[in-house]
Amino acid sequence: MEWQAVQQAREVFLSGRTRALEFRLQQLQALQRMITERETDICIALKQDINRSQYDTPLLELIGIENEIKLALEKLTEWAAPRPVEKNLLTMSDEVYIQKQPLGLVLIIGTWNYPWAVTLQPLVGAIAAGNGAVIKPSELSEHSSLLLRALLPRYLDKDLYPVVLGGVSKTQELLKQRFDHIFYTGSSSVGKLVMEAAAHQLTPVTLELGGKSPCYIDKNCDIRVACRRVTWGKFVNCGQTCIAPDYILCEPCIQGRVVECIRQTILEFYGADPKSSPDYGRIINQHHFNRVMDLMEGYAPVVGGQSDASQCYIAPTVLKDVPPHSRLMQEEIFGPLLPIMTVSDMDDAIHFINEREKPLALYIFCSDKKATKRMIEETTSGGVTVNDVMMHYTLSSLPFGGVGQSGMGNYHGKHTFDRLSHQRACLVRSLGMESVNLVRYPPQDRHRARRVRMVLKSSLIDLSKRTFIWAVSVSIIAFGLFITLLVILLIASGLNCTCWYWRGFYN
Amino acid sequence: MSREEQAVARARKAFDTGRSKSLEHRIRQLRNLQRLLSERQKEISEAIKKDLNKSEVVIQLYETLGLEEEINLAIRKLKEWAAPRPVEKNLLTISDTVYIKPEPLGVVLIIGAWNYPWAVTIQPLIGAIAAGNAAVVKPSEVCVHTAKVMEELLPAYIDKELYPVVSGGVSETQELLRQRFDHIFYTGNSVVGKVIMEAAAKHLTPVTLELGGKSPCYIDKNCDISIACRRVAWGKYTNCGQTCIAPDYILCEPSIQDQVIEEITKSIKEFYTENPQTCPDYGRIINQRHFKRIMAMLDDSLVAVGGDSDESDCYIAPTVLRDVKPEAKVMQEEIFGPLLPILPVSGLDEAIKLINKGEKPLALYVFTPDDKMIKRIEDETSSGGLMANDCLVHYSVSSLPFGGVGNSGMGCYHGKFSFDQLSHLRGCLIKKLNKEGMNNMRYPPHTSKKLGWARFFILKSIDLGWIGRMALLAILVGVAAVVLQNYLK
Repeated sequence: MEWQAVQQAREVFLSGRTRALEFRLQQLQALQRMITERETDICIALKQDINRSQYDTPLLELIGIENEIKLALEKLTEWAAPRPVEKNLLTMSDEVYIQKQPLGLVLIIGTWNYPWAVTLQPLVGAIAAGNGAVIKPSELSEHSSLLLRALLPRYLDKDLYPVVLGGVSKTQELLKQRFDHIFYTGSSSVGKLVMEAAAHQLTPVTLELGGKSPCYIDKNCDIRVACRRVTWGKFVNCGQTCIAPDYILCEPCIQGRVVECIRQTILEFYGADPKSSPDYGRIINQHHFNRVMDLMEGYAPVVGGQSDASQCYIAPTVLKDVPPHSRLMQEEIFGPLLPIMTVSDMDDAIHFINEREKPLALYIFCSDKKATKRMIEETTSGGVTVNDVMMHYTLSSLPFGGVGQSGMGNYHGKHTFDRLSHQRACLVRSLGMESVNLVRYPPQDRHRARRVRMVLKSSLIDLSKRTFIWAVSVSIIAFGLFITLLVILLIASGLNCTCWYWRGFYN
Repeated sequence: MSREEQAVARARKAFDTGRSKSLEHRIRQLRNLQRLLSERQKEISEAIKKDLNKSEVVIQLYETLGLEEEINLAIRKLKEWAAPRPVEKNLLTISDTVYIKPEPLGVVLIIGAWNYPWAVTIQPLIGAIAAGNAAVVKPSEVCVHTAKVMEELLPAYIDKELYPVVSGGVSETQELLRQRFDHIFYTGNSVVGKVIMEAAAKHLTPVTLELGGKSPCYIDKNCDISIACRRVAWGKYTNCGQTCIAPDYILCEPSIQDQVIEEITKSIKEFYTENPQTCPDYGRIINQRHFKRIMAMLDDSLVAVGGDSDESDCYIAPTVLRDVKPEAKVMQEEIFGPLLPILPVSGLDEAIKLINKGEKPLALYVFTPDDKMIKRIEDETSSGGLMANDCLVHYSVSSLPFGGVGNSGMGCYHGKFSFDQLSHLRGCLIKKLNKEGMNNMRYPPHTSKKLGWARFFILKSIDLGWIGRMALLAILVGVAAVVLQNYLK
């Protein structure tokens, strides 16, 4: 039955329904209404899935989605318009531009930690770009998935954006269908399988994966504030955030202070008993609970460590002096365990980070601009936030995505639109001026070739409107300044002018 | 360790030293590449002539000239391209530094093709070098002499550890694909493209695939048919039809079919004389296998012009086929040869339907004076690129992204697009450790009041550009007022 839905979505896309910008704007407005009208339902679903507090859901997911929709509504006309590009002598009288085209049918595979954000944010871009979309939310966030399937057809076009539920086998079957782009958020191991399946159909992919995001705390920064921010980023959603600071790197001399500051912050945020705090989440299920608890085996935490399997509760936990070969340091934790690894200095930290796979995010807490710059230069990661955590995610003008094992492709704001569009090169000539073309036709000889060479070698000239306006305004300002200079020189050379403007000047 | 493994390991080691990152290094390597092209023009041309029977002048025109231009552009613009790119901020980040930092990916694998061996192998290399990567270059083994020349010349001019040339056939390529790269750039056909992407998936390596397809060419009955056919004939028979963006087949109304055939015949004579086999400007099919493949397509279609061939010379005459049906053999795969089928269609509607039935092509050509018709084709079809009233030229505009969509490929390059395709665009947000008070609204314990503030700050948009302009205007007005007041005293 789902395959019919996929087929139907493709047919409706081919009918051209999504081409009109009005249609896309309408759909985006409907999505916006869904988020605002159904906020309570969404919060309830998330509380049942992952025990997320009613404030964290809007803060972490819904406001972000609303923001993306708002931006798309505002900018869609601009994004979708053909973009003229620089021309050269050869194409001087031609129309040269890039046309933004929908790709077709996009498959969006979501995950369970922020089920609404990771499915709806790509969906905003897919709709804006004029595509149809099949949405496959994660089966682990059961209540959210069911709610999504119930709500989406009530607000959006029923044919173009079907929601398909199911587990691994359903996803595998979906991947056998043909799509024009696959947008996957999840783990690297499944990412490989998704890309392999996409290869059979030559389908481009965007993979938002994960990794161990390092967090370096310099000994000379404001440690209290740094730890406050790190604590927030780590324990929000019970550590189940792809860009959560996975582990801390710091020098041994500040390790004690770091532990203390984190302990105090945990107390401030969640109280003496985080289990009873309405703001502290739970692990998604038993399997992940066991996985995270296993990571801690053999290490005594300095903060937290308590757990309750019946509730999938793990206390905010900090471990210090963690060795690099421990299990904790081998895989992405995705849980509320914060290991601290000591390094001798920033160079040591850089070396440590570069020895490992490229992470999705890198965090640096340091007041020294030069040192920060060096650390950014000498490492690589999907994104960087300095002196805070996770905030680069919230700015839609920054491309959000991984590199290497942490993913490929990026999105947010206009980047989603571009990612899910085809940028088609268009060159429109006229059938006149054939004489210009004569040099390229055979029979070829050196003289002709030289002429073609000359034409082809001309630099690109930006003949766009913006440049023209810039050129004119700069000329006017330059002229104005020149006149002013002349006037000043004339006055300075003592010219006696009886014009009434200057009367006051000599008084 | 196999030869391929060694080359890749050496390239990675060289990349890890960081020497490919400095702008001076990149520009130096690009200049060396430029010198290679100008100093060794003769050897390059001789090799291509042996492989594809292209004349020296044609080689310059279609291969090395484009490369020289790309190198010049890269050298001129590298500083701008590689610089951090500031982006728009919001209220929350108003006092922060926000930018996108282009970074090298690491080691790029470039697999070239045989039809324009220098163009399709070196153009991606230019982008790779400009972006600060190391690159393993695997030229196509099908153009035997050119691969050899490339293997000799490249290490003589550019860093041989960072940019090794690994030549070989299918098994060497498979061995290469087992190694880990940070990007794979492949030019070739869709079948192998799938294999490459599958191999890349094992390492989560992003790919750029420049593939092919059947590029349709619609000729409107109301256009200047003589000029249109001239341009189509040029686009088709250059390099003996072995161009990924050659117009593969013509769609036109039956009423103009005869005229089209007549005009193309005229152009063929004009370009390649009565006997193209003796004309130095007419190329050859690359090898026997492709020769046989193309000749087999003639079976079930009517030859209107040409059709003769010489297997010993891998020569196929410039050929036009008429009244071809969509089921014909010649319409089942990309021709990549000098056969030009004409499919009669009742009009634009049928043409669009036929085009959309097939896979998305690499290029789409339309010849018409009617802007509305061009707009319709633009809106109702999709292709890598679209060119109206000429062929192939969009390839030479480096401000246009060159690439396919769907079966014709993924990713794009040329000019700045090559640089961006082979870079990682890293989002950077630099904050300070002060103003911690602002952050309180995100920390637990949560209250609805805090949430209200968060909502305000995130969702309230401020057009900073407009405010800046208004502020400037206010200052100017203030200054003007002060000055006038003083003078009018």
